[in-house]
Amino acid sequence: MRSPAVYRATRASRIAMVVAALGLIVLAAAPWWAGRADLRLMGEVFLYLSLACLWNLMAGYAGLVSVGQQAFVGFGGYMLFALTIFGGLPPIAAILIGGLLAALLSIPIASLIFRLKGAYFAIGTWVVAEVFRLTFAQIASLGGGSGTSLPVGIVRSLADGRSAREALSYWLALGAAIVVVSAVYLFLRSRRGLALTAIRDSEVAASGLGIDIWRTKLEVYVVTSAFTAIIGGLIFLQKLRISPDAAFSVNDWTAFVIFIVVIGGIGTLEGPIIGTLLFFLLRETLADFGTIYLMVLGVVAIVVMLKAPKGVWGLIRDRYDLELFPLSYRIKLNDPKDP
Amino acid sequence: MIEWINVLVQGVLLGGLYALFAAGLSLIFGVMRLVNIAHGDLIILAAYLGLSTTIMFGVHPFAAALLVLPVMAIIGYVLQRGILNQTLGPDILPPLLVTFGLSVIIQNALLEGYSADPQKLSAGAIETASVNVGSLTIGILPLLTFAIAVAVIAGLQWMFYSTALGRGFRAVSDNQDIAQLMGLNKAHVFGLAMALALAVTGIAGILLGIRTSFDPSIGGGRLIFGFEAVIIGGLGNIWGTLAGGVILGVAQTIGAKIDPGWQVLAGHIAFLVVLAIRPNGLFPRVQH
Repeated sequence: MRSPAVYRATRASRIAMVVAALGLIVLAAAPWWAGRADLRLMGEVFLYLSLACLWNLMAGYAGLVSVGQQAFVGFGGYMLFALTIFGGLPPIAAILIGGLLAALLSIPIASLIFRLKGAYFAIGTWVVAEVFRLTFAQIASLGGGSGTSLPVGIVRSLADGRSAREALSYWLALGAAIVVVSAVYLFLRSRRGLALTAIRDSEVAASGLGIDIWRTKLEVYVVTSAFTAIIGGLIFLQKLRISPDAAFSVNDWTAFVIFIVVIGGIGTLEGPIIGTLLFFLLRETLADFGTIYLMVLGVVAIVVMLKAPKGVWGLIRDRYDLELFPLSYRIKLNDPKDP
Repeated sequence: MIEWINVLVQGVLLGGLYALFAAGLSLIFGVMRLVNIAHGDLIILAAYLGLSTTIMFGVHPFAAALLVLPVMAIIGYVLQRGILNQTLGPDILPPLLVTFGLSVIIQNALLEGYSADPQKLSAGAIETASVNVGSLTIGILPLLTFAIAVAVIAGLQWMFYSTALGRGFRAVSDNQDIAQLMGLNKAHVFGLAMALALAVTGIAGILLGIRTSFDPSIGGGRLIFGFEAVIIGGLGNIWGTLAGGVILGVAQTIGAKIDPGWQVLAGHIAFLVVLAIRPNGLFPRVQH
């Protein structure tokens, strides 16, 4: 008598978790072994990884393809500056409150742009981002169109000495990436994540099973907006300077993120991680070519979308049935003699 | 009072240009449900093609259109059959991401070829010519732009409902598979639709280039204006697109009148207000 057993974790996923844990310990110690420039670069990698994970949750799972996430990156950045300069809050508190405000703001925004379907939703999100950019450009006390710098006193309040500040900034980026990746992973494993996966696979069937599609998408949108704003705050804590064009740049905060997710593999958790690594590899080798590099990136993204729509990770997964984050259910026929 | 009438008239005429931005977008959405994120960058590409033609042959921008329009149409046909047809299907992600990639490629190719310096098409005396209507002064160029927009939209409407080509467009729009069974090659029909859309885009690009200075980075903004005109007017209604363009143009000139920094923002706000009150636009196509 063989009875089937349902399981999720595989040997590959267990090994991956151990390797990831060891890797994280090494990465957490980076301020002691990495140079200043490397530390900065790695911080940027983690922030992009977080943005990619969040965008992937929206586009790859909830079907909300946004080209306007720069609205929340910039909003989070500006909240850091506004709340520290005018509110006198410590930077980290300002960033977290910025995330909260973004969540509140995203609800009325969602109620408007959720009326647009598919690709029109995408451009609608872009309009919202433009409204943000133009509005912040009008605020004279934040430097208007030319922007402003974080006052020295606030920067100093972060930690004593430049290297301590840089280490803190790095740890914040690393911590944010860990929080975002684990939050997305746990969310997808939860009951709601299952609902989301069902929506991704078929909206009609999901709604037939009693899933409130609008509400599920709204939850994803609000949570993603909050996290995106927090990441935005951290990005501009690294840069120490903000301007409307940098804060709400569609290229920096959306185009790159989309390329990362598409090249890595949309709709998988591993995809954004691989995509981020490939993106920075490409950037560091081709950055000297400026515009050519962006064109290459565009071509690579188009080719991937046409020839391997599941991205690099999709190819690997299909070839080796590999899953590092155990999200799917697997069935094994148990032999009673071999428990 | 007369000042505000002037603002209104300028806004209506500006709306003609936006309707031209929107017409191509509306056409390809109507025929193949494709939203082209690179649309704005293609408008700017057309403006640069116009610039190169005027410089190379020393001709007027209107004469350059004779070359730019066919070139844009060919680009459209090749783009559609070479790349975009492969992205069409029930999933909206591939066309969206591929056209997004195209947008980045076109933008950076223009940056590489023409640098980031703002350029302008020089059309001579017509740029500053004007007529007096009562105590209003109306520029000839905006007036001409508006007239061209009306003509283009009337032409598209006529083509859609009174020609064999238009019948093909409507057939694939209604049901691709049945149209294919009836002997239409949908890949070819889509190619023709994109060719036509980009020819219209060519007109828009040249008129834009004469009206204002342009640089490779402004494509996204033009896409948004066109998109707003489409949504305000109501999806699938080509005359609605003209009305949408006009509403957007008027909102922008009123905004600019209040504070120059408010021009574009006022247009976006008008769009969001319409979206809040009438999610299907002001003149949605009647559902049969």
